[in-house]
Amino acid sequence: MQSALLFVLLNMALLSSAINALPLGLPPVPIPNNNPQTDLKINLGDKLYHDARFSADGKVSCATCHAREKGFTDNLPVSKGFNNLTGTRNAPTVINSAYYTSLFWDGREPDLEGQSKQPPINPVEGGLKNHKPILKVIREDNDYVKAFKDVFNVKANDITMDHVAMAIASFERTIIAGDSAFDKYMYANDKTALNDAQQRGLAIYLGKGRCVSCHVIEQTQALFTDNRFHNIGIGFKKIKDRESETAAQMLAAKRKGANVDETVLTQANMSELGRFAVTENPTQVGAFKTPTLRNIAVTAPYMHDGSLKTLEEVVDFYNNGGRLKDTDPVSGFLSGGIRPLKLSEQEKKDLVAFMKALTSPEYQALANKF
Amino acid sequence: MKKTTNRRDFMKQTAALVAAGSLPLSVIEIAFGKNSDQNFSFAYLSDSHITHIKGNEFVRNWDRGLVRAVAESNLMDPKPDFVFYGGDIAQLGKPEEIDHGLEILGGLNGKVHYVMGEHDYYLDLGEYWKKQLGPDYYSFDHKGVHFVVLNSILTHEKWMHKKWPSGMDRMLQMARLDNPDGQPFMVGDAQRQWLKKDLAKINKDTPVVVFSHSPIQKIHKGWNFWTDDAEQVQSLLKPFKKVTVIYGHVHQIQYNQIGNISFHSAMATAWPWPYPSSYTQVETYLPKLTVEMNRADPFNERDATGWQFINMHTGNIDLHYILPENQNRIVGYDAKQGKPVDRDYQKTDKRIPPQVHY
Repeated sequence: MQSALLFVLLNMALLSSAINALPLGLPPVPIPNNNPQTDLKINLGDKLYHDARFSADGKVSCATCHAREKGFTDNLPVSKGFNNLTGTRNAPTVINSAYYTSLFWDGREPDLEGQSKQPPINPVEGGLKNHKPILKVIREDNDYVKAFKDVFNVKANDITMDHVAMAIASFERTIIAGDSAFDKYMYANDKTALNDAQQRGLAIYLGKGRCVSCHVIEQTQALFTDNRFHNIGIGFKKIKDRESETAAQMLAAKRKGANVDETVLTQANMSELGRFAVTENPTQVGAFKTPTLRNIAVTAPYMHDGSLKTLEEVVDFYNNGGRLKDTDPVSGFLSGGIRPLKLSEQEKKDLVAFMKALTSPEYQALANKF
Repeated sequence: MKKTTNRRDFMKQTAALVAAGSLPLSVIEIAFGKNSDQNFSFAYLSDSHITHIKGNEFVRNWDRGLVRAVAESNLMDPKPDFVFYGGDIAQLGKPEEIDHGLEILGGLNGKVHYVMGEHDYYLDLGEYWKKQLGPDYYSFDHKGVHFVVLNSILTHEKWMHKKWPSGMDRMLQMARLDNPDGQPFMVGDAQRQWLKKDLAKINKDTPVVVFSHSPIQKIHKGWNFWTDDAEQVQSLLKPFKKVTVIYGHVHQIQYNQIGNISFHSAMATAWPWPYPSSYTQVETYLPKLTVEMNRADPFNERDATGWQFINMHTGNIDLHYILPENQNRIVGYDAKQGKPVDRDYQKTDKRIPPQVHY
């Protein structure tokens, strides 16, 4: 491990080359001290990310649910794992996930390294019982053995899931995208970059729509997330009037040793507890992480359960104060910031137009298909 | 660029939340290591200030604050023995407001005890509130603890009963902060006589818990964080070994120890008040003992509001503040120091710096 560390230190010099070209509107990508970026490691991560052998039926890779040609998601309400099994949550895009301070909709992992280890061994995703089959495939594959030796200076038998996760995370930290029309307007002073509707939409985004409270835009950069957890009213109908027994069920399961990753993806009711399942804090029942809005036009459907099909539906949902129809009930646990917005039809259209200006050039062709 | 949280910090944060925020009593038992039959807990909600606009319209933010506190407190498992409501259901004492508030509070599991607040009282001198909820001062015993409820927001009879153009004029006078024509709150002679008699029957070793709307101590007169006859009430409580006073009204975390009496305030479900500058005419006890809330974040509507549950063990209390958009807090009696302390934030270097927004 010590020699691996030394090797990593030697590679620090290469780090600067990997991050020097920052897209407009984004800060430098945070890189953990113990996992610096190198070209070799990124290439290895790319290969691992696309390797479907790391699943029970040999058909599911990271890219199955986070496919580049689909905006690094799968455009399904909830993802399909091995044997076409479905879980409870919508696949978030990998684009700009490097900026999140916690991963998964409920933030149950602190970093991309931790995140990538979970899906292969989730019973409705990769379907493996444990990580051993992954290491077996790698250790018996000469190309992998050489690549891990080159990147981590480890022998075949010393390759661990930590190495695998570090390489995948390094690859994912290269999937960043800014340079949208919004960025040119906001950060390059190009006042023609947004059309009239998009400019009006931006004003609503910052003002009457109050979107910016959680989907943060700052003076020099915009991550479009506050990295916090909010109950906005999605999915609560599944546990309405049964919140307290569902919470008790979750706590009982955890006390008996249940794993959060497996429980929330396989139990539809407990999934709706959101951040509470991780922290057990009663103020976080039904609270989910604020996702970025960059490239939102290519990552439909929306919300943690993929229950909203279009951006128009999303705007209606917020406009009605956390419900699709203004006659629907509202969750008791709703965050304080969610309230009826009283937007006009024109204002709603402008807001959608603005969100379509958040597409990066590399995903524009994809956006045009929607 | 902000440093990203490393894994160890992340796990620590998660663990801290589990310990501080969990409702199941199993966790409390781990925390305090006591599990006698006499231990019990109850929830405490306060200061919802339900505000009627017109027709069927009410201020949504205050409605939602109460709805959320009800939903969260219903998660308590095992169920609390009862729930206390600390006063100020209504903003201007209107029957519409009291009824709308009670309708939301109807969602609570179990028995609810009510305390009278000045916003419930001064429109009609508590008539509608009492019609709906019964007497405004009473006592009861539960699992070896004597509970007393006082109406501490009365004032001089002459002022209350003077010729007002309308009850609403009287209400609006009392609802103002820093009102030069304002009047101090008091428990009054009649209730103190009753309290004396009530306590005479109680063994001095029995833990006593008193509920009032205003603090039965003097903190800041201009905002009526104050009860004028506080010392007289305190002297009636003095013979008892363990006394706790729990009050609403102040919309912030306060705690204090005066002699044998521990004082605790409760959060509002509606909005937070800032800490008042100290009142210079009398000694203020507050800054010495209370760890102030970090500044409320105006971007998060529920920040610095909340509710609490109270774990009663060995006759003293641990007050668990459940604070949406903030860190939950626990203030409990420290037997060694003989006063309540903030479990996590008492030490200066442990306090949370105020939020910064750009």
